[in-house]
Amino acid sequence: MFRTEMMDINMGPQHPATHGVLRLKLLLDGETVTDTDVIIGYLHRGVEKLCETKNYHMIEPYTDRLDYVAAMYENLGYVETVEKLMGIKVPERAEYIRVITAELQRIASHLVWLGTHALDIGAMTVFFYCFREREIILDLFEAFCGARLTYNAYRIGGLPWDLPPGWTDRARHFVKIFPERQKEYDQLLTKNRIWLGRTKGIGILRAEDAIDFGVTGPCLRSAGVDYDLRKAHPYSVYDRFQFDVPVTYNCDTYDRYLIRMEEMRQSTRIVEQALDHLPAGEIMGKVPKRIKPPVGEVYHTVEGPRGELGFYIVSQGEDKPYRMRFRSPSFVNLQALPHMIRGSLVADVVAVIGTLDIVLGDVDR
Amino acid sequence: MTDTLIQHLVIPLGQILVVLGVISLVVTYLTLLERKILGFMQLRLAPRRVGPHGILQPIADAVKLLIKEDIIPDKADRMLFTLAPILTIIPAFTALAVIPFSGGGTIDLFGYSIHPWIADVNVGVVFLLAISSLGVYGIMLGGWSSNSKYSMLGALRGAAQMVSYEVPFGFSIIGVMMLSGTASMVGIVEAQREAHVWYFVPQIVGLFLFFVSGVAETNRLPFDLPEAESELVAGFHTEYSGMKFALFFLAEYTSMIIIASIATTLFLGGWMRPFPNVAALGWLNLGLDRISPLLAGVFWFATKTFLVLFLYLWLRGTFPRYRYDQLMRLGWFWMIPLSIANVVATGLAVILAR
Repeated sequence: MFRTEMMDINMGPQHPATHGVLRLKLLLDGETVTDTDVIIGYLHRGVEKLCETKNYHMIEPYTDRLDYVAAMYENLGYVETVEKLMGIKVPERAEYIRVITAELQRIASHLVWLGTHALDIGAMTVFFYCFREREIILDLFEAFCGARLTYNAYRIGGLPWDLPPGWTDRARHFVKIFPERQKEYDQLLTKNRIWLGRTKGIGILRAEDAIDFGVTGPCLRSAGVDYDLRKAHPYSVYDRFQFDVPVTYNCDTYDRYLIRMEEMRQSTRIVEQALDHLPAGEIMGKVPKRIKPPVGEVYHTVEGPRGELGFYIVSQGEDKPYRMRFRSPSFVNLQALPHMIRGSLVADVVAVIGTLDIVLGDVDR
Repeated sequence: MTDTLIQHLVIPLGQILVVLGVISLVVTYLTLLERKILGFMQLRLAPRRVGPHGILQPIADAVKLLIKEDIIPDKADRMLFTLAPILTIIPAFTALAVIPFSGGGTIDLFGYSIHPWIADVNVGVVFLLAISSLGVYGIMLGGWSSNSKYSMLGALRGAAQMVSYEVPFGFSIIGVMMLSGTASMVGIVEAQREAHVWYFVPQIVGLFLFFVSGVAETNRLPFDLPEAESELVAGFHTEYSGMKFALFFLAEYTSMIIIASIATTLFLGGWMRPFPNVAALGWLNLGLDRISPLLAGVFWFATKTFLVLFLYLWLRGTFPRYRYDQLMRLGWFWMIPLSIANVVATGLAVILAR
């Protein structure tokens, strides 16, 4: 007469905590997750195919729409890939400005992550504090390139614009106040017992599993793998800056939280150094009017806030790519989700989605 | 005959109307207060558009909820679905009956003395415990009758949580009852005056337990699991809209006020000013007692209740949410043993002091 039953529950695509249009089919035993089916594609726009019909300049705005939380990195990865394919030398000043804006973008992206992650776990105030600081960065970006979300800020071979007057002082001011502001998040969360209870030991992803899944970025480094492309394969001018790559060994959500917090501090360091040594000079290299890369293919990666962001271009010598492929970290990292939440509770699902830091525009492309 | 009728029917009805009216207004404005305080903590402005500084916002919200379409899902159990919000709001309002909002005098109207409370039941505290545990039925029925999985999960969480925290909630009050030797709410306040000390001093553990389990009883952060928006969308009231949702909402905020008033009455000296026996501190009443001692009583009762409510909102602005199993562990492994220990310690102290 009485029997227990597994319950199928649909989480998403419209759910407050799936960070967009992610859909999870959870099989629940009470509140325990026994099986997960991750369903994506609700935001698929076919960007890779679209790129085949556009010339190289026209592709860059499309990259903005992939990972819209960290669009600078999409821009950076894309232009560097084309530059690598064509062998273009970028002026030093442009490289420095790229590093400064990209690292500010990393901070802004991590702030969005921290705010939403905390909000998912129920600490709503952190969200507003994070967005206060993110606002300063977005103002800086707006002054630099006119946009606050989809920047289209770089060009193949350099930059379209130099920094506006007074910009470096504003950036310096941000670098100065940010560590103080970060202490406020620390106070709210780092030693908070409830926060510890909700994140410690949750969403375990061990190094071997992480490598098998292809997980990169903070999620990989929380498993003790010291792999950061900025150190491992330095691109742009990253080899000139002093910074540490935080690595932890507990593989859990709390460690990923600590890593991202530390990364924000390290990014601040990089921005500070880049601002100090910002050279004068040209911002645009020698680039032909029509971009026609030679026949060949190229793969280039940058270390985005979410992990390894790869661009693969096959060129047949025309002004449009023959094939364009994005290796988006959110998509690859998301694979690990069913593995990480098996056997945990519903409340942990949102914590793990938060800690993976996915952006659905990046997952679906 | 007429006299008895007025004494036992008309006057209580009038009192009930006044209390319901005032509390409903306070509840609507508590929502505005919550948003303002959270806004202040979160560096934003909170409502400002409706009326100066958003002062009419609660009215606008209430009107919006009233004229909103009242949806009953197709597969829902229509009767229980309608009954659930009513079952939640009735206990919440009923509990107001035994709360002494002021004291130290009566209002004399047309030759009748009217007390500033609806009823002074000699088992007031027990009555409160009994009534407050009824609220869980509304939540369970609401979640179950919606026929939605999220609501169902929310209802199960709600039931488990409220039943678990009922125990430390009850035990935390027993200490006060032992000290005062009465279960009447008015009697407990009077006992605090005679003891020359408010009971939060000897019963600080009791107050702590009472407050924490009170927060859990009312499903507020960090214990708002039944309606955890990031996990269960809106928990047991996911499918509710319009006035039915408003009733749940009203019940939650009324319960908050009730918990705060009970805390005030049992632990913080109720309507009395600080150090009620020290005449030199009479200026603390700000001259209100010269108009009427009842007015001063209401003032102090409201102030203390507001302080407790502020603590509620402060918690919401600060803490993340507990997880279901952690909540249960906290309840059964820490709160209940601690509350029993508190009862035993208080009992020993009372016997030894005798």
